[in-house]
Amino acid sequence: MVSGLINENPIVYERKERVRDVRTDSSNTNELSVDAIDQLEVFDILIAHHIRDIKDPEHPYSLEQLKVLTEDSVEVDDTKSHVRVTFTPTVEHCSMATIIGLCVRVKLMRSLPPRYKIDIRVAPGTHATEAAVNKQLNDKERVAAALENPNLVEMVDECLSPSFE
Amino acid sequence: MDLMEKNMELIEVQKLEGHTDRVWNAAWNPVSPILASCSGDNTVRIWEQSSLSRSWSCKTVLEETHTRTVRSCSWSPSGKLLATASFDGTTAIWEDLGDEFECISTLEGHENEVKSVSWNASGSYLATCSRDKSVWIWEVLGGNEYDCASVLNGHTQDVKMVLWHPTMDVLFSCSYDNTIKVWWSEDDDGDYQCVQTLDESTNGHSSTVWAISFNAAGDKMVTCSDDLTLKIWRADISMMHSGEGYAPWTHVCTLSGYHDRTIFSTHWSSDDIIASGAGDDAIGLFVESKQHDSVNGPSFNLLLKKEKAHEMDINSVQWSPSKENMLLASASDDGMVKIWQLETIP
Repeated sequence: MVSGLINENPIVYERKERVRDVRTDSSNTNELSVDAIDQLEVFDILIAHHIRDIKDPEHPYSLEQLKVLTEDSVEVDDTKSHVRVTFTPTVEHCSMATIIGLCVRVKLMRSLPPRYKIDIRVAPGTHATEAAVNKQLNDKERVAAALENPNLVEMVDECLSPSFE
Repeated sequence: MDLMEKNMELIEVQKLEGHTDRVWNAAWNPVSPILASCSGDNTVRIWEQSSLSRSWSCKTVLEETHTRTVRSCSWSPSGKLLATASFDGTTAIWEDLGDEFECISTLEGHENEVKSVSWNASGSYLATCSRDKSVWIWEVLGGNEYDCASVLNGHTQDVKMVLWHPTMDVLFSCSYDNTIKVWWSEDDDGDYQCVQTLDESTNGHSSTVWAISFNAAGDKMVTCSDDLTLKIWRADISMMHSGEGYAPWTHVCTLSGYHDRTIFSTHWSSDDIIASGAGDDAIGLFVESKQHDSVNGPSFNLLLKKEKAHEMDINSVQWSPSKENMLLASASDDGMVKIWQLETIP
């Protein structure tokens, strides 16, 4: 594909140690909230170290380490079954943006209940062709066709596969 | 018939299970009680209604032909042929031989996924469209032969749907480029040109247009979009019938605020009820308002909204052509096809 990397020198951040919210821990015993999903849980699905990290397509770091995704990236409304993830590509002309967005969508599709509506977008002002990328990432038919492409699926699976450290 | 004065409800008649992936499209046979559905499981299912029990069951599965998602299906006007459009880049033509269906032809040519297929009113032409941005017109020759008559370029993005006008050989297409294009062959010599583009400057949609549907008379059209609206258009087609040249389509009104997710499908029934199916899992039904505002023109009201009609996005809504009852088919990401009846509640 591309011979040179899009981002030769990414800034790598410390992986954040997160204290599990007491509220979320007690959800296991609370029958009423057994299906309720909140922001932290969705973030966990995407980021947490006990569930697979999504690897950046170009570097051996997770999207969390590159601050492409942070806790604030995720907006969840469980009553409406709606989640929106806003990610920040490391460079403005990142051609990997659609791959990253696709990985995030696939990860969520595989982890959330089917009732969930998923919207993915790049953080406003962080990408040169923001509208075009967002439109592609949220066109269900285009995503479905892309996921029938074995090369693309292989790339996505590689990004979603666990890294053993 | 003033439906707005009655209490109407959309009752689920039957749930058709069988597909193992999302169902993209459902199409009623124009002459028999048969419904075709196509899916991400690469197959097409033919459902038939039993004359005894009145219930629907899967008569046959058309498989091992398309190698990828089958995105849409369309019956020929005679009801004997079924065209199926697939992400594998081909359009297959199937003939109903009674106890089984045979694939009699495969139309190749598009560079990538075919999204939609449509027969013209006389069954002499087929149209297909694709992510390759083109619209193809195919001539139906005898002996199971199909010939590419025209390749129409003009859309700047993925073309989502094509539809022939119900009474004239005028072709309509809608696209990811947010526009609707009208294609017409003035001299009727098969040389189709784009004679009109409905875009944002002509009160058109501001995002991907997913579907088009005409009323029975063919003088009104409804379109639906990712911009969360439905738009009604009209044209003076009597002008075209009398050979006075092309009659342009103009915007009548925009229906907004009824769906909060992409509207994937819309269909105008023969008794003037517009159905919509969207990513909010709901079916909307609309009728024209009795009060005619002479200044603003006709307007449409919501007859009813069926929330949670399916458990996931609705990709297709289609009214049955049968005059007997108001049956509606819906197809969804949840893998189901549902048949509904619009009934008056006493």
